[in-house]
Amino acid sequence: MAKRIDAKDLDIYYGKFLAVSEVNVTIEPRSVTAFIGPSGCGKSTVLRTLNRMHEVVAGASVRGEVLLDGEDIYGAGIDPVDVRRTIGMVFQRPNPFPTMSIYDNVVAGLRLQSGRIRRSELDGIVEKSLRGANLWNEVKDRLDKPGAGLSGGQQQRLCIARAIAVQPQVLLMDEPCSALDPISTLAIEDLIQELKTTYTIVIVTHNMQQAARVSDRTAFFNLAGVGKPGQLVEIDETQKIFSNPSQKRTEDYISGRFG
Amino acid sequence: MSSASVSQTGPGFARINRSRKVKNHAASVLVTLAFGLALVPLVWLLWTVIGKGWHVVVHASWWTGNQRNLTYQDAGGGVYHAIIGTLLQVAVCTVISVPLAVLVGIYLVEYGRGPLARVTTFMVDIMTGIPSIVAALFVYAVFIATFHLTKAGWLVSLSLVLLMVPVIVRTTEEMLKLVPNELREASYALGVVKWKTILKVVLPTAFTGLVTGVVLGIARVAGETAPLLILGPYTANTNYNVFSGNQAALPTMINEMFLNLNHATGTGAYHLDANGDRVAGAAANFAPERMWGTALTLILLVLALNLIARLIGRRTKIAD
Repeated sequence: MAKRIDAKDLDIYYGKFLAVSEVNVTIEPRSVTAFIGPSGCGKSTVLRTLNRMHEVVAGASVRGEVLLDGEDIYGAGIDPVDVRRTIGMVFQRPNPFPTMSIYDNVVAGLRLQSGRIRRSELDGIVEKSLRGANLWNEVKDRLDKPGAGLSGGQQQRLCIARAIAVQPQVLLMDEPCSALDPISTLAIEDLIQELKTTYTIVIVTHNMQQAARVSDRTAFFNLAGVGKPGQLVEIDETQKIFSNPSQKRTEDYISGRFG
Repeated sequence: MSSASVSQTGPGFARINRSRKVKNHAASVLVTLAFGLALVPLVWLLWTVIGKGWHVVVHASWWTGNQRNLTYQDAGGGVYHAIIGTLLQVAVCTVISVPLAVLVGIYLVEYGRGPLARVTTFMVDIMTGIPSIVAALFVYAVFIATFHLTKAGWLVSLSLVLLMVPVIVRTTEEMLKLVPNELREASYALGVVKWKTILKVVLPTAFTGLVTGVVLGIARVAGETAPLLILGPYTANTNYNVFSGNQAALPTMINEMFLNLNHATGTGAYHLDANGDRVAGAAANFAPERMWGTALTLILLVLALNLIARLIGRRTKIAD
């Protein structure tokens, strides 16, 4: 059920400010694509345009096309809400709903999308999603306890369970480990490896080792210059990016000469 | 090794500066004094009201009786009619205000952009500053002077609405702003539409705060006197109908009792004998104790509403 994303000539604006220009990128299904680059170069902004979360910010807009298996998600009349159902997202800081139990957090998307679903059906989805997020064994005895009571790493896996419970085609992850300790990070990275057999995954990360560990392909973003918009410098097989990139700027960044 | 040699071989940290010590002490004393000073009027007020009203409210008949056919010279009677009036009027006011104000607050935080939102915010600011007597006069001008209706409890409620709405709008705004944007984004990213996000994620997260806002609003209007004097005249009888007839309320009862104080105090005190002639010297006068009793009742009522609201707020929080 994983799908392929083609972004074509994306220009991304905040009001009149052009934040990222001319992004052309292809994201392969059933693989992990990592977005790396220095702070403020627009990685997260590009990620948020891939499921129309960008336009949630006041004044933000996008020009260009994002094709999901050939269909433009910015096409006329396309419902952004349905786009987000198809392309899920996990955020930088774990953000379980504080008023909801672990169980309710997992099924929040389903319940709020389509109202009443039979309890037995929900039970199955909760177990499947929590197993999918490697969290089931840790929380199966306290599903009615608040989600906010879990540790940071568990909360982030709860958020992943919540995202996959609505059965998206693609999973976007915006620095999912940056607020976590190394052990929780490892748990999430292992999880990403398992998830990529089912989903198309895009992950933004500040951690180059992480990109090298988890991703199949890596895209390097950078500012075109001081005061200029961000741009995609290159995208290639992760191994090639980290051993023999075709752009000098990529090599400088990878080898720690800047950023 | 003696302590003297330790200090000689130590790294030579600076000793705490003497003037810093003095400043610290001075500031601590000032802050504590200010705190004590701020408490003085509160404690004094409670002391006075409780001291003078306590022996009145402990009688069961105080809570069940009204003042029907009782003059200030007759003992007995109660505050039931005024409690009923205050509760009904505040209830009508709350039923109108809360949905209106919460929706305005939601609009301003979740939807409001551009000139309409700015005008709304400005209007709410202005409403916050409207004196209660002006609100009462406005309702009087519209409903009694223009539409020729008669004074009744619900007109009091309407003028209280004008006072309550801005309070609740403000707190609703503040509480909704406290809900992290990340929660809204998390909900959108799950493919949940905006109104459902607000209804099922934002409002429940802010619920305790919203209840606090409503209680603040109720506390603000429950003790209001000006609208009652203009729109809801006092009566000694119990009136359950908020839509017609005079209806007593706690503040107007306090006022009524206050107006009767003068008969009994000072050197010029007099009372009326059986023929209705003035006789020097004070007769028995129960107005003062009723006044203090009513004041204490009003304080207790607002306190009770506060406690109930807190319980609601705690109930709905998910169990830890």
